[in-house]
Amino acid sequence: MTTETIHRVDARGLACPMPIVKTAQAIATLSSGDLLEVLATDPGSTKDFVAWSRTTGHALVEQDEEGGVFRFLLRRK
Amino acid sequence: MSEPLAISLFSGTDDKLNAAAVLVAGAAALGRPVHVFLQYWALDAFRRDRIEADRGLAPEAGPAGEAAVRRLRSLGGASWSETLRSAKEIGEVDIQACSLSMDLLDITEADLDPLVDGVEGVTAFWSTAETGQVLFI
Repeated sequence: MTTETIHRVDARGLACPMPIVKTAQAIATLSSGDLLEVLATDPGSTKDFVAWSRTTGHALVEQDEEGGVFRFLLRRK
Repeated sequence: MSEPLAISLFSGTDDKLNAAAVLVAGAAALGRPVHVFLQYWALDAFRRDRIEADRGLAPEAGPAGEAAVRRLRSLGGASWSETLRSAKEIGEVDIQACSLSMDLLDITEADLDPLVDGVEGVTAFWSTAETGQVLFI
């Protein structure tokens, strides 16, 4: 069994729209099918990542929240 | 969603420039081409030697609003010019200076920050905007 590499963006402490901007920058450097995990504390990010995923077509595979930190797992289309 | 967005950016206070930059970055992240037309005080804000200057807030901000905006900065909010630079990295963002405002404020292309892609007249702006959405800020 192979373990998939997960690329990461730490956007904790950044205000809107920087979590999405950093994510867009990072995903552009990946290949189709790669995973990207984003951590953010911006409370608007939950809706933003759902909308961004829907519009751009990069799948939002998982999302959760723990202690005020939102985590998004995306797969590049 | 790739419908283009055109913005006539007129205001030169930090709050309005910041709100405009956030809208531009959000649209760019969604793949929408954005065309920004800089008029009057917004154009003045894009002078290369003053782009980082404190330009104050709109009158309705008041002292409490000023404190709130200062707090946002300390919480990791990027400046409007940094936000626009990021927007240009991730998407198609074309920033054009209004030629009339250039004359009015005695600004030449050499005075402008590299964020500005060129100079155009109002007809070129409307021609690019066509029937798409236009915001005036």
